[in-house]
Amino acid sequence: MPAAADPLEALREEALISLSDARDDASVELWRNHWLGRSDGRLTILLRSIKDQPADQRAAFGAGANVLKVTLETALEEKLESLRQAALARLGTEGALDVTLPGRPQLRGRLHPVTQTMRDCLDAFAQMGFRVFEGPEVEWSKYNFDAARIPEDHPARDMWDTIWIDTAAGDPREILLRTHTTPNQIRVMERTPEPPVRVVVPGKCYRHEATDATHEWMLTQIEGLAVDEGVRMSDLKGTLYQFAQTMFGRDRKIIFHHSYFPFVEPGIEMAIDCFICRGNDSKCHTCHGTGWIEILGAGMVHPEIIECHGYDSSRVTGFAFGIGVERVALLRWGIDDIRHFYSNDLRFLRQF
Amino acid sequence: MKLLLSWLKEFVDVDIPPPELKRRLLDATAEVESVDYIGGDWDPNLVRVGHVLAVEPHPNADRLRLATIDAGDSPQTVVCGAPNLAVGQKIAFATAGATLFDGHTGETAVLKKNKIRGVESAGMVLSERELGLSENHDGILVLPDDAPVGRPLVEQIGDVIFDITTWANRADLLGIQGLAREVAALTSRPLREPDRGFTQSGPAIESLLSVTIEDPILCPRFTAAVIEDVAIGPSPAWMQERLARHGMRAINNVVDITNYVMLETGHPLHAFDYDLVRGKQLIVRNAHAGERITTLDGIERELAPYMGLVCDADGPSSIAGVMGGSVSEISPSTRTILLEVANWHPGAIRRTSTHLHLRSEASSRFEKGIGPGVAMAAQQRALHLFEQLTGGRIATGIIDVYPGQQPARTVIIPEGRIEQVLGIEIPAAEVRRILTDLGFVVHHLPPNRFSVQPPPWRPDVQISDDLVEEVGRIYGYDKLPITFLRGALPQPEPNPFEHMRERLRDAAAGLGFQEVITYSLTDPQSLAPFVAPGDSRRAQPLAVTNPVASQHRILRTSLRASVLSTFAANRRHEDGPLRLFEIGFEYLPTEADLPHERPILAAVLGGARTDRWGRPTNERVDFYDARGVAEALFDAIGVRASFTASEEHGLLPGHTAGVTVDGDPVGVVARIHPASADVFDVQEPVFLVELDLEALVPGLPARPDYSPPSRFPEVRQDIAVVVAAGTPASRVLDLVRSHRVKGLSLAAAIFDDYRGQGIPEGQKSLAISLRYQASDRTLSDGEVARVQDALLKRLERELGATLRSA
Ligand SMILES: [Zn+2]
Repeated sequence: MPAAADPLEALREEALISLSDARDDASVELWRNHWLGRSDGRLTILLRSIKDQPADQRAAFGAGANVLKVTLETALEEKLESLRQAALARLGTEGALDVTLPGRPQLRGRLHPVTQTMRDCLDAFAQMGFRVFEGPEVEWSKYNFDAARIPEDHPARDMWDTIWIDTAAGDPREILLRTHTTPNQIRVMERTPEPPVRVVVPGKCYRHEATDATHEWMLTQIEGLAVDEGVRMSDLKGTLYQFAQTMFGRDRKIIFHHSYFPFVEPGIEMAIDCFICRGNDSKCHTCHGTGWIEILGAGMVHPEIIECHGYDSSRVTGFAFGIGVERVALLRWGIDDIRHFYSNDLRFLRQF
Repeated sequence: MKLLLSWLKEFVDVDIPPPELKRRLLDATAEVESVDYIGGDWDPNLVRVGHVLAVEPHPNADRLRLATIDAGDSPQTVVCGAPNLAVGQKIAFATAGATLFDGHTGETAVLKKNKIRGVESAGMVLSERELGLSENHDGILVLPDDAPVGRPLVEQIGDVIFDITTWANRADLLGIQGLAREVAALTSRPLREPDRGFTQSGPAIESLLSVTIEDPILCPRFTAAVIEDVAIGPSPAWMQERLARHGMRAINNVVDITNYVMLETGHPLHAFDYDLVRGKQLIVRNAHAGERITTLDGIERELAPYMGLVCDADGPSSIAGVMGGSVSEISPSTRTILLEVANWHPGAIRRTSTHLHLRSEASSRFEKGIGPGVAMAAQQRALHLFEQLTGGRIATGIIDVYPGQQPARTVIIPEGRIEQVLGIEIPAAEVRRILTDLGFVVHHLPPNRFSVQPPPWRPDVQISDDLVEEVGRIYGYDKLPITFLRGALPQPEPNPFEHMRERLRDAAAGLGFQEVITYSLTDPQSLAPFVAPGDSRRAQPLAVTNPVASQHRILRTSLRASVLSTFAANRRHEDGPLRLFEIGFEYLPTEADLPHERPILAAVLGGARTDRWGRPTNERVDFYDARGVAEALFDAIGVRASFTASEEHGLLPGHTAGVTVDGDPVGVVARIHPASADVFDVQEPVFLVELDLEALVPGLPARPDYSPPSRFPEVRQDIAVVVAAGTPASRVLDLVRSHRVKGLSLAAAIFDDYRGQGIPEGQKSLAISLRYQASDRTLSDGEVARVQDALLKRLERELGATLRSA
């Protein structure tokens, strides 16, 4: 029997051809209404007419009509899917963005490089069990100097040029802007009746100094203090070694030079090997050709300072160190002028 | 302090190269600032000692002469213009090829053979300038007569100069001998002593002089000698040269000897013209108030009672340990010398020199503490040189008034102390060797104790750990092992303040604020715009006695000026939005105590909003940006704050919100008053968020207010209520939020504030979105309607609010 002779087959061909001609969602929708519309779609009408067929043909006609319905519905789904795929493909081609254009600006802020460096230093010591304590910037002279074994009329005071606070005439108080964080050694031990003590004390300090590329009158220090039975200078070396490696690279070496601070005995200065020239450049600006960069002062806490808090200095020993945070920041980032830090030019600050 | 290698070698053999010596000194002794090589550039074959055999006129020039020079090989003829050239002199002679400083340009140049006015010159007789020794080229450098002809000049006058900065407790290192002792200990070499021998052929000293010490604390020891028949004249060239290399001008043989011995021993000496000492007696006492003396530098100085004086029968003759007086100054006519080598209290000397602004070579040594035991050796050394170099006759006997004499001190190093402190065991023999080389008398008390007597020049060594340092530094800290702290960790202490502060710091940066750190010191003009005159604490800031600059003369009692001036400075090169913050202290004066250092977060923002390209638009940042920042900061630390209209000095009324937490003030959000901003040349609207960090701590939640998310859908309703225009939105919102119904939660937010058409004059419409939710069921429409109805009745009853009709 020729296909054209079957009316259902003719309908199928007509419907599928017209669907394949649809180019967009709107014409597909028109097609759906035309063929599958709920009330007057041609196939809907056809299906409704099953009951009107002669009884002997009704079953075959009904089966053929339902097959046709499934066929058209499937074709419709496939058509919609192919239109979706085509649309997505167009999005990636005709709708492609210039991804090299800048993004919509977002608000951005950064922490000051001194804060960042301070945090990194404190983190390095936190890993070694040092807790943070803070003390006043405006300090009694007796804490800043006398308790640290720096008496008046001693030339060691020349090491700390002091900014003094004006007190009323006749006021016996001597107040200053602390020249170092060292008074907190005393403050920490005062509030710790029994060792162990293991603290770092960050904060601003002040010196009566003319500013230049390497000097500021306001500076940031971290004082470190570990006091307990069995604390040795070799432990100081280990602690500072780990600090140096954390801040300046795993291959750093450290060296102790003899030094003098009245509150420690023995006293040393620590230097790290120059990570800029590695000791190979006699004109290196960072290490001045010595191969070593002075980083900080340190030493074993003087027994008199241990004793004045009731600890027994024959059993209890301690070490202390003082780090200049700006100096660490200058070195780690190769900054050439300390004055950048507190001039607060955003063009500088935003680089860190 | 300069250290000449040649001088050092008089006392100790040095067989390590200068860079190595520098490193050892730096590791163990003192800072070595620089090392200068004198003659390092002089070719030993081309720059030598020459002998002037003949001097004849130049045939073609009046001012030039021809000299015949023997420099070890055949005599050579050179042309020379120096006026001081003379037959028989030993001079510095360079032949062609030598690298020298050009006398005119100051640059180095290679010497060439050339003809000068028709006569070929084989070389050059040198001045100090061509050798790079000084700027002096008035005449040629004349060498001592005993300089061997042909000797390389670098061997004759070359040297290495170490520039050393010593520590404040080591007066002994301000002398060559002290440094030599360090080198001896560092290199295990024997130390040689200088010659202190002399003969005493003059009259008995007691017949010439008496010395009285009135204050033995000021003056623990006073030694005095008299040298008669001194011929004042120049000191020998070698002495002058050494003084010159220490930056000291040669004056005459007497003064030069005192300076020389001071450099050598580290102990200052003072020479009086004996004939100008009235009454032939010296009295050591404190000055009387208002007493005056003219010092050797020609300045008349007024003295204070704590200053020490050396007086004669008629009055002050010298300021003790600081500077001599002109009344007894050595002059060309001086015949008899009174030589003082005395010991002074370091604190007294320092106080005197500080208050007189008179720091001398002597005072800078005495103030560091010189042991009184050292004086006699310096006295004897000087007398040796006086006898050798001035032809003087030394009186018999030396006056030695020594009220401060102490028995020899003994310091014990307890068993195991070195290891306890350093963390390394040092063999007993090495401990003994080091301390002995440094001049200590050591008794080893086995197994591992030491009884040690410090030498007189080491008053700084007082306790066992001082000795541990001596041993450790010479032994070498490079030998210390690297170990780590052992033992228990201290008890943990929670620090909610620090934790909160750092969270806020991160949150502020996250909100687009750049952190700045400004100076804690400011000036009254900057502070004034933000400090109410009646604010007794803030308006009377602490002042600095000695400011580094006038704009840093008071301690700030507000951060507002600091951040605003930083804003202004950056505005010069930033258009668009600017956001800055600082966390720092206000220093609030406190009666009879240190000031209260109150931690503050101060943030400022201003500028135009930007478009999609980051370019400024016409829309500006406003108050609600600032308030949003404050809300975000509170959210970061889990605190709920309230904002109410408020007023503060320097902030714009009607644009200022006081912020409270649980009723306590914690800060302010405001537009900075244009008049205040103008002080800092800021002409645009700028907004401030300021938080008092200490005040925030009590309001910190112990833990977050947690409830599980509901599985049931929420019901959303938007309403608009009309209230009097003056009713703060927060009152409406607080009421809605406070409306509690059992088993049901109600969240609310304002999303519009409308006045105008459709709303009666004097009223406003607030649009509020409401979200109802139950944790255990889906809410029915009827339930929501009943709750909302009750809410609207409360709004009407309590705030006179009506539901806005559509
Ligand atoms: Zn380097």
